[in-house]
Amino acid sequence: MSGGPIEVVERDFGELALNMGPQHPSTHGVLRLILHLSGETVIKAIPVIGYLHRGVEKLSEHLAYDQLAPVYERDDYLAPTANSNAYVLAVEKLGGIAVPRRAQWLRAFVSEWQRVSSHLVWLGTLGLDLGGALGGGTTLYMYCFREREKILDFLEELTGTRYHTNYNLVGGARYDLDAAMVAKSNALAASVGAALPEFWSMSGGNPIFQERTRNVGVISKDLAMGVGVTGPTLRASGINYDVRKAAPYDAYGELPFEVITRTAGDAEARFQVRMDEIAVSLKLVRTIVEGLPTGPIFARKPLKNPKATKLPKGEVYAAVESPRGELGFHIVSDGSAKPYRLKINAPSFKNLQIVPHILPGGLVADVVAILGSLDPVLGDVDR
Amino acid sequence: MADPFLPVVGQPVPAAGGTSLEDIAEEVVRFPGGGIAMLRSDTLFHWAQKSSMWPLTFGLACCAIEMMATFAGRFDLDRFGMFLRPTPRQSDVMIIAGTVTIKMAPRIRTLYDQMPHPKWVISMGSCANSGDHYRNVYSVVPGVDHVIPVDIYVAGCPPTPEALMEGIFALQKKIMEGDRAGA
Amino acid sequence: MPAPEIVAAMETRFSATPFALGVEIPAAELLTALRALRDTHGYRYYVLGTGTEAAAAFEVTHAVRNLESNDTLFVKVSVPKDAAEVDSIAFVYAGAEWQEREIWDLIGVTFKAHPDLRRILMPDEYPGHPLRKSFAMDTPWGYRPATAAAVEAES
Repeated sequence: MSGGPIEVVERDFGELALNMGPQHPSTHGVLRLILHLSGETVIKAIPVIGYLHRGVEKLSEHLAYDQLAPVYERDDYLAPTANSNAYVLAVEKLGGIAVPRRAQWLRAFVSEWQRVSSHLVWLGTLGLDLGGALGGGTTLYMYCFREREKILDFLEELTGTRYHTNYNLVGGARYDLDAAMVAKSNALAASVGAALPEFWSMSGGNPIFQERTRNVGVISKDLAMGVGVTGPTLRASGINYDVRKAAPYDAYGELPFEVITRTAGDAEARFQVRMDEIAVSLKLVRTIVEGLPTGPIFARKPLKNPKATKLPKGEVYAAVESPRGELGFHIVSDGSAKPYRLKINAPSFKNLQIVPHILPGGLVADVVAILGSLDPVLGDVDR
Repeated sequence: MADPFLPVVGQPVPAAGGTSLEDIAEEVVRFPGGGIAMLRSDTLFHWAQKSSMWPLTFGLACCAIEMMATFAGRFDLDRFGMFLRPTPRQSDVMIIAGTVTIKMAPRIRTLYDQMPHPKWVISMGSCANSGDHYRNVYSVVPGVDHVIPVDIYVAGCPPTPEALMEGIFALQKKIMEGDRAGA
Repeated sequence: MPAPEIVAAMETRFSATPFALGVEIPAAELLTALRALRDTHGYRYYVLGTGTEAAAAFEVTHAVRNLESNDTLFVKVSVPKDAAEVDSIAFVYAGAEWQEREIWDLIGVTFKAHPDLRRILMPDEYPGHPLRKSFAMDTPWGYRPATAAAVEAES
């Protein structure tokens, strides 16, 4: 095209309020973000939650203690046994109910497999977010779900179902491992571990991925502590806090493992923490089956009426380290067979609170990268 | 070296009836370079509709993860022509996967209204069928059929991917028979 | 178990009474106590905020943690039911902002000087506070229909 120099006219359209969700392809669930944009830059981000509020805390006041463990598996639905593990720990602490050692080790075993499964879903959906559903991201998603299917097959053989396994009971575990399953678990750990280097190269080793996650969504130490973020998000900002080491529960007091931390606090740091945690968990499942103690897995007297188990009056707080962070149950009991008030300390609820603080200043494209690196699960946020 | 964890190829998935032209057309004459088929027009349209259902990405809760697993490599729905679309304007089936809450229900209605005809709805999982154990909770709509008309209910908590696929095949059969819940 | 020296310090300065998970303090001392915990004693990490409807009062509990000494302290205040108002600590711990919104939404305790006190989990127009003991679990609203029994009773 001939002619003189091109004249560039810049016009300021002011602030645009863009609604993202609650239905959007970034598969983190029903989260709604109201973004105030100036061009491509985010000025303000307001998360709106509650689209999956199922009133679990009020429901808990109407069901008996022994009935409640499966209800919480639907909260953080990527690692279902983590929720019920925290609940039964709180009930056992308040009620003084002893758990056999083998059951404790089996709970840790299933928790670590669920941690691997949850991080694989996180990695797959991060691939979808950053790579595009019709672009290269789907490859990573397919590969991660392929590995996850193997884990779900193993859980199906162990418990009868792939997903919400109802594994934890107040006072023990429900299903036991035998020698054949132990061999299968070791083979599975080797198989999933063999696929990890490929996932690293597809994501962390990809220059576009690095560009999109380096220095994006930096959470400083003070902000992390004031808001109360937990889990890999906290450890990526340099704070070494893992509930499995700080307040050991189940078998973690006796198991050697390292806590992964990074100092950068950006999305890439959170990514690296989770990837390393997959490797740590795969090592842990091998260590657990090697040292598995013998004995029963449920030591309470046979329950004549499960709805009649009463807990003494008082308050208790117990937490586990779910793949998202510290998942705790605060139970207030009035001495009856049902909880008086049950509050779930949800890690995704606290992690999501950081969104209004770190999204402004970034681009719209960074919103997706940051949400993916925070790994919220809306069942956990809304309960 | 064979990976011991890949699924063993046993019974192939039975093809839903009516996947080839001979199954649905009244009369087919093939000659080199093409052929002539005689069939009713709505049979042809239904065959096309059921073979390329494009679902809206609409996962609400845990069933969404099983739906994602159904679209992933092992259970692969792309081979049935199903291709996830993020916008309701370009999709024809809506798979409600998860609990419907009172805050989300108006948005579900809006999304359903934004889908162009012909459209179908699969209610996946106990929460979308009837509210599951949240049925009596103040913030839950006991079943998505209080909000939008439903064609197929898939039971389970969550339904296994095989169950969801059976539900999709049932919907395909329903489409071939010309029945539709939402006009 | 909360650290005994902190509990003792809270008892002397803020007339606190200890309980299983921490201390209970008068509602008027909440802000000063939490500021002291954060600045003087190093409890800079916010764990959770919860509200309970007890028989005669509403109880609001905040849990804070000292990451160096790995100690978690629960700080509880009681407010009367007819004057359910307590100071907001959202400017002391940023994480309290959403937890206090949730307590307002579900229990109905107001937080003075909260930066953005509105409903968080329920729809904005929702009447009532669901976690109150007087609130019926299957209250109909919006697309949630009235139960058949309630419709029977009305007609």
